[in-house]
Amino acid sequence: MQLTLEQVGKTVGPDIHLHPLDLALVPGAVTVLLGATQAGKTSLMRVMAGLDRASSGRVLVDGRDVTRASVRERDVAMVYQQFVNYPSMTVAQNIASPLKLRGETDIDRRVHELAARLHIDPFLSRLPAELSGGQQQRVALARALAKRAPLMLLDEPLVNLDYKLREELRDELGALFAAGDSTVVYATTEPGEALLLGGYTAVMDAGELLQYGPTAEVFHAPRSIRVARAFSDPPMNLLTAEAVAEGVRVAGGGAWPVALPPDAPRALVLGVRAGALRPQARPGDVALAGRVELAEIAGSDTFVHLHSPVGELVAQLRGVHNLDLGTPLTLHLDPGQIFIFDAAGPLLRAAQRTQTGGRG
Amino acid sequence: MAQIELDLAHAYRANPQRDEDYALLPLKMSFRDGGAYALLGPSGCGKTTMLNIMSGLLTPSQGTVRFDGADVTRQTPQQRNIAQVFQFPVIYDTMTVADNLAFPLKNRRVPAAEIRERVGRIAEMLEMSHQLDLRAAGLSADQKQKISLGRGLVRSDVSAVLFDEPLTVIDPHLKWQLRRKLKQIHHELKLTLIYVTHDQVEALTFADEVVVMSRGRAVQVGTAEALFERPEHTFVGHFIGSPGMNFLPAHGVDGGVRVLDRVLPVAGRALPATELRLGIRPDYLDLGRPDEVGTLPARVTRVQDIGTSTMLTCEAGGHALKVRLPAERLAPSEGDTVYLRLIDTHTCFYQDERLIP
Repeated sequence: MQLTLEQVGKTVGPDIHLHPLDLALVPGAVTVLLGATQAGKTSLMRVMAGLDRASSGRVLVDGRDVTRASVRERDVAMVYQQFVNYPSMTVAQNIASPLKLRGETDIDRRVHELAARLHIDPFLSRLPAELSGGQQQRVALARALAKRAPLMLLDEPLVNLDYKLREELRDELGALFAAGDSTVVYATTEPGEALLLGGYTAVMDAGELLQYGPTAEVFHAPRSIRVARAFSDPPMNLLTAEAVAEGVRVAGGGAWPVALPPDAPRALVLGVRAGALRPQARPGDVALAGRVELAEIAGSDTFVHLHSPVGELVAQLRGVHNLDLGTPLTLHLDPGQIFIFDAAGPLLRAAQRTQTGGRG
Repeated sequence: MAQIELDLAHAYRANPQRDEDYALLPLKMSFRDGGAYALLGPSGCGKTTMLNIMSGLLTPSQGTVRFDGADVTRQTPQQRNIAQVFQFPVIYDTMTVADNLAFPLKNRRVPAAEIRERVGRIAEMLEMSHQLDLRAAGLSADQKQKISLGRGLVRSDVSAVLFDEPLTVIDPHLKWQLRRKLKQIHHELKLTLIYVTHDQVEALTFADEVVVMSRGRAVQVGTAEALFERPEHTFVGHFIGSPGMNFLPAHGVDGGVRVLDRVLPVAGRALPATELRLGIRPDYLDLGRPDEVGTLPARVTRVQDIGTSTMLTCEAGGHALKVRLPAERLAPSEGDTVYLRLIDTHTCFYQDERLIP
């Protein structure tokens, strides 16, 4: 199913919820809508579903204009943050309801199959209220999947679940989406979730669609400072710099030998992802010296907050590093790992991606 | 501030018989004066019950709560002098930010000069100094929750500050800032802080010591490093880390372990000749050369570019294993066979779900 939005905008009174945007979703794939709260994700989904009418522009399904068609006239399945199930029906009846509506045969087998895939088959005869939050959301997901709608919209479906449960369900959903042929739209505030789901990502901020493309591509080549900021967790370190003869000069720091594109303006912003900073130097590195403000040990990684002359930096170091507050620390960086932005926003050069077969 | 000691159990029903009847199984725990602790576990593990017992919102069905040695089991939160921060902002919309922050102090009839000093200091720490005269009503949910945090931290005379999932409504970017602020405030003010969450990143980064809970039990109490490197129970191995530890059935043999159809040498230690579980984290599971001695062949079923690393999902003998490779390493493709180095200094062995030391 091909969903296309042409110059779709949404205003409510004097407030602009969505600036006019164009978006053609890749059919049969998952598209992640990534953005902070209030970025416009839910507004966009409601227009896609037909729950709200766009204030401007057209919504096309397989080339057919459905801008004025209500949600009932469209074939859409939705899953919300809050688990929505029929409280007086058993789990089995809940999952069966869309199948019955469509007049399908062999309903029992389908219900069992879906329940097994979402690991809720032991609870088929229970009422939703007798289940935990995670199990109730699985029922809602099973019902949405049972509908086999060509378009499935999920609005932060895992946000009310426990961290660990979220991790498991996200893994399962990723596999389910890949196996199915529905076009899936999945809203989240978390960059990590977008990366784990893969597929395609549409980055949104303040009611604007900033970039759409394959998830890894958007992550590795964010079109602008705003995209980079929205798609980095830990936050991307942004350093003010200017173009000079030997490369770049960082405000508060020295000159670095960074190759600039020929038409680079003078005023630049350098983007450094937290994971690109290392405590060990390698040949050709540039160095950033500072003082440890805080070292957060998160198990597999240590997040080091560094106070330095070029500003506050966050580094993501692999493994456990016990660093006391105030400890002097120098971090090293391959200049090729720097994102170079025009200070006005646009990306001039993305960090290089080098892969080697050597042992890490 | 106070040292908090628990020696208690709690059941929401009368005459508990079996383990399942208890929300909290009998336990003894001690929280150091000025320490930062997190209670971490899935829904229903008993962490909120434990927090409510410490605050005085709930009286345990048996046993005692002591603050600095004094029995406070039947005291209210006010009598215990506890400050609390909840999941959603609890503030007065019609008041200014400054008045909201001052409220807990005014209630305790703190002198005006001291209130000004304290409110100013907390506002500065939370970077809200420029917003002190604004009405709370006009602020975003994030900002309101910052006020809630400030209200919890504003009093210097509290026995402890208890946080119940305080960052749930906060966007990822602000979470980074607030976590850092909380940590700095803890360093400066040396309050006893207890923080309940299901989010391991929040727990591990916030606390000096994390209490990992499951089904009414404290399964392990330890630093982030201990919980990650040497999980004492398979539950901790699974629950900490994202994704959690990989486990495979193993059997101790002379000089090593048998895993599936392979015998893998384990140097420097003898393992019991019985059914074991081998545990190794995705971060430590490395790829060896084809047919390298001591490796287990596995088929790659999924390759994910997750930004700073590549996540492999592999399958061996019907078991799924996750491998996290640095992004700069050349990753195999789906369908490839890889040779997993299961035995490493980080490998843990478990008997009856308990770590073999």
